[in-house]
Amino acid sequence: MTDAPQHPAGGTEPLLSIRDLEVTFRTEAGSATAVRGVSFDVRAGQTVAVVGESGSGKSTTAAAVIGLLAGNGSVTAGQILFEGEDLVALGPEAMHRLRGSRIGMVPQDPMSNLNPVRRVGAQVDETLEDNGVARGAAARARTVELLTEAGLPDAERRAQQYPHEFSGGMRQRALIAMGLAARPRLLIADEPTSALDVTVQRTILDGLTDLTDRLGVAVLLITHDLGLAAERADRVVVMYRGEVVEEGDARTILTAPRHEYTRRLLAAAPSLASRRIELARHGGHVDEPAPADVPPDGSPEHRGTAPASASPALAADASAPPLVEVEHVTKVFTIRGRGLLGRSSGFTAVDDVSFVVPRGRTLAVVGESGSGKSTVARMMLALLAPTSGTIRFDGTDVTQPDRSAEVAFRRRVQPIFQDPYASLDPLFTVYRTVEEPLRVHGIGDRAQRHARVRELLDQVALPAGLLRRYPAELSGGQRQRVAIARALALEPDLVVCDEAVSALDVIVQSQILHLLADLQERLGLTYLFISHDLAVVRQIADEVCVMQEGRIVERGTVDDVFDTPRTTYTRTLLDAIPGRDLDLGRPA
Amino acid sequence: MTRLILRRLALLVPTLLGLSVLLFLWVRALPGGPATALLGERATPEAVARINQLYGFDRPLPQQYLTWLGQLLQGNFGVSTRTGRPVLDEFLARFPATIELSLLGLLVAVGLGIPLGYVAARRQGRLVDHAAVVASLLGVTIPVFFLAFLLKWLFAVQLGWFPSAGRQSSAMIATHPTGFYVLDGVLTREWDASWNALTHLVLPALALGTIPLAIIARITRASVIDVQHADYVRTARAKGLSGPHVRGRVILHNAMLPVSTTIGLQIGLLLSGAVLTETVFAFPGVGKFLADAVFDLDYAVLQGFILLIAVVYALVNLAVDVSYGLIDPRMRTR
Amino acid sequence: MSAPEVYEVPQQGPVDAGAALAEDRRAGEALWRVALRRLVRNPAAILGALVVVAFVLVALLAPVIAPFGPGELPGRADVRPTFIPGPSADHPLGIDRYGADLFSQLVWGARASLLIGVLATLLGLAGGMLLGLVAGTFGGWVDSAAMRLVDLMLAVPSLLLAVSIAAVAGQSPSSVVLAIGVVQVPVFARLLRGSMLAQKGQDYVLAARSLGLSRRTVTMSHVLPNSVSPVIVQATLLLATAVIEAAALSFLGLGGGSPTTAEWGRMLVAAQNELEIAPRLALWPGICISVTALGFTLFGEALREALDPRSRRR
Repeated sequence: MTDAPQHPAGGTEPLLSIRDLEVTFRTEAGSATAVRGVSFDVRAGQTVAVVGESGSGKSTTAAAVIGLLAGNGSVTAGQILFEGEDLVALGPEAMHRLRGSRIGMVPQDPMSNLNPVRRVGAQVDETLEDNGVARGAAARARTVELLTEAGLPDAERRAQQYPHEFSGGMRQRALIAMGLAARPRLLIADEPTSALDVTVQRTILDGLTDLTDRLGVAVLLITHDLGLAAERADRVVVMYRGEVVEEGDARTILTAPRHEYTRRLLAAAPSLASRRIELARHGGHVDEPAPADVPPDGSPEHRGTAPASASPALAADASAPPLVEVEHVTKVFTIRGRGLLGRSSGFTAVDDVSFVVPRGRTLAVVGESGSGKSTVARMMLALLAPTSGTIRFDGTDVTQPDRSAEVAFRRRVQPIFQDPYASLDPLFTVYRTVEEPLRVHGIGDRAQRHARVRELLDQVALPAGLLRRYPAELSGGQRQRVAIARALALEPDLVVCDEAVSALDVIVQSQILHLLADLQERLGLTYLFISHDLAVVRQIADEVCVMQEGRIVERGTVDDVFDTPRTTYTRTLLDAIPGRDLDLGRPA
Repeated sequence: MTRLILRRLALLVPTLLGLSVLLFLWVRALPGGPATALLGERATPEAVARINQLYGFDRPLPQQYLTWLGQLLQGNFGVSTRTGRPVLDEFLARFPATIELSLLGLLVAVGLGIPLGYVAARRQGRLVDHAAVVASLLGVTIPVFFLAFLLKWLFAVQLGWFPSAGRQSSAMIATHPTGFYVLDGVLTREWDASWNALTHLVLPALALGTIPLAIIARITRASVIDVQHADYVRTARAKGLSGPHVRGRVILHNAMLPVSTTIGLQIGLLLSGAVLTETVFAFPGVGKFLADAVFDLDYAVLQGFILLIAVVYALVNLAVDVSYGLIDPRMRTR
Repeated sequence: MSAPEVYEVPQQGPVDAGAALAEDRRAGEALWRVALRRLVRNPAAILGALVVVAFVLVALLAPVIAPFGPGELPGRADVRPTFIPGPSADHPLGIDRYGADLFSQLVWGARASLLIGVLATLLGLAGGMLLGLVAGTFGGWVDSAAMRLVDLMLAVPSLLLAVSIAAVAGQSPSSVVLAIGVVQVPVFARLLRGSMLAQKGQDYVLAARSLGLSRRTVTMSHVLPNSVSPVIVQATLLLATAVIEAAALSFLGLGGGSPTTAEWGRMLVAAQNELEIAPRLALWPGICISVTALGFTLFGEALREALDPRSRRR
């Protein structure tokens, strides 16, 4: 246990040196190379971030280092030198001795990474015992110290609890305590906080950074989040499709990227420094560098976005009444007591919420998990009835509609949901999915509907060749475009986007955001945009409501709320965004 | 924990009440009406009329039901038309035999099924695994009474290793303070009586235990394979946990959660199988008596035994659910 | 193969089925096409399918295959109290206690088993799907009531439930069908309800509701088609159980008919008394039941694997 802090980049020999690493997976269809020719170093005490989208091979690289590749994967070329020793050549026994004691790991999802049937304390104890650090009472005492050190309050009592009694943040602290229990020289942190709310994410990362700095532990940080990498790492390695495309000092890479892919990634990454995606609306007022928005692979992202295009519905006639008026809406869920004698209790998910959505504009509702924002979306879609209060759409109350009023309402209000895997019926082809709303509402004959479906696909920039595909045969971005096409089929006035881009990789996310902005411009749509991601909201919204525990705590125009937040909670949220004040991708 | 038990007990009441209503109506739906249930198929019309009046079968149904329920609660389940003895006495006299048989069958199933499934999962895709998969498939698809036949023919008739029928040789004179013959021998130190009863149990228990064995082995295998890929197993390896600890505390413990539910479900299968197995081996338990009652259409016995078995079944399931809480801490706090 | 046809029923678009385009009928095909490809590559599935096909063929072609009619006693004169003739040129598997040709009896027995198994499972499927559909669609107190009923049916071990139903319905093959069918109802009901509840929370169902589809349309064209595959798998597996339980009920004397009726379970009971002099009389019907059950089980398990969404998504 050497606790002597070493200065970043101070040593001569790198602690970890990956040389020409190649990892191959055997699958039914043959072997697939997930990582090829990857080389980079981690020096003692240094934090190196590996950044990439899903499928870039970043997690596979990490798994190869700690020798825990999935059963069908193996290192097929290259070396992993750790303190001068090649881990690739090491036998399973030696590799096992090395894990925990010399290389530790903090995994991604705190919900699934603790053994659900064992007390948290016991899970730290066994880590100490099996790595030969301490046993028995000494181990138990050390466990409490470690948990406290990882920022778990009341550790002595908490150690006696089971994982299901912990919140996500507490579980992640316990996992950090375990990863560092035997004082390894290198800690692999694989997306350590991406499953957590931003505010929790920030405190956990602060704790982790403090601790590893103090102990002089080197960190290999795996993340998809450029802002986070920029904030936490000394060096950044950018991976794309299994290869390293760029490597260097964190600041340099983020301010002066050399590789095309890094530039795309930076351009797509939402940050608070970005501005509302502006199209033709305020002509000449475009402050978003337009070229950066066009994907370099040449996909026809913004066909028809030419500033000259005549916009049909022009926005925001200030005198027109708002499209949506939500007044004093409250939603109480009854939690049924279990069994015959269980007593029911109420849970107020949405508490006296009021807002208006002006025509042709975007109102964003932001908040963390449990803030009630998704319940607001469901009520706006009339999928859920409010307990009290009224929701007026274009002047009519929609909370108690009869069947014909409901059908009319549904034609004008359409949703786009978060998970592109779950929002399309797996048994429906793209054609059938997009055509269904037309058929249900008896619009056009067969030929007309067919033409309309093709037109809709064209609007969301999907090739007609996909018409007969099933959702399983599409990528995540393509699915989300199909979902948008379906939502647009009935020419709605209001589109409710419930975390519509949250499940997508940054570049695809940026493409979809631009598509949404473009469609709003061309079709005069009004958006109610629900999101947990303030940086995304900044790009798409005109006005914003911040929700916390069912209440709206702050509202205003995006610029006002983001630049001069009035409540502490909003400020905390804004401060928690990784890389909030980095002007990513723009020369400093 | 106590709340869980109380809650489950409370839920049991409506189920059993509902079942009693069904069984009450069931007897009323019989071809000859409820009097047949008491007198048997060959009753004379005069006798039927007399019984109808005596027992009030001509009164309104709800009233009849309440009267009948009152009788049940006092332990009066009616009288067997075949033996002339009270149904409850017949049940209690035979129940220990069936418990002995079922317990041994369950022991066979759990004792062999879990190790078999675990070994197969750890050697997934190898010869042992394939053999275990095939064996468990055969175990599931072979009818229990056919298996009983085969065992009886091979080990009793052909090889003569085990007795082919009964609970204890008739030549054996033994006292039975509890009715559990194996236990009785131990209590009275008549070791040969215990041994004799045990040899009578071997074949029926094997026949009875085979299907649950196969099912438990399959579920264990599937569950272990599933758990092996869980994130927390990988994390346990990453933090340097020793091999035996990863396999025992992490994989096996978590894999046992679905297995323990499955074991609970096997109780019903054991009780069903007991009817058939006891018939083949002329084993004087609840199942054999029930099968005989089916042959003789002894409705009072059918009605009473089914209700009593349902009560036993429900209590056993309750016990299984409660013990589930011991394995899975998440169940305790709910 | 007929796999895609399974989806024909729910495919009848409730809105305007007549105007459905050619693409419509192909919906679901991807899923079943993938499943079919997997089945063809799985030797266990092939074996199971072969057994099932052979069983169905024998049952259908019984009059052609069996040398003697059901209940015919060509060897009656040759049977002695202590001797039953074994295999011969006329009787490849020998004759039974009553002088019936064992091979013919087995062939006719296949017909009885198929009929009882299929009818019982169809009955169970229809009842269970109806109950599950009602519970899964309406929820609330309808759901609670339906599930209490299911609990009630599961409160008695399955064979005992079947026995009590068959005892009331009288001793006949149709009461066996009824008994086994009713026992399957709670299994299908629970399965379909659970599957539907899981689908109902999915975003695509919410999206469908937001399109203004009626509850009936949402259920019939989205929720149900996505919920039935576990039910179909279970039906295949329960066919095996039905064949075994039918034999068990005749074994307990509830099947009706005379001692010479060609029915596997009944043949087994009759053989019980001849175990010492002619064990083959028990062996053959037992093997027939086991192999048939094995065939359906192999095929059902393979189908389950092929339709497993966890492996499908990749």
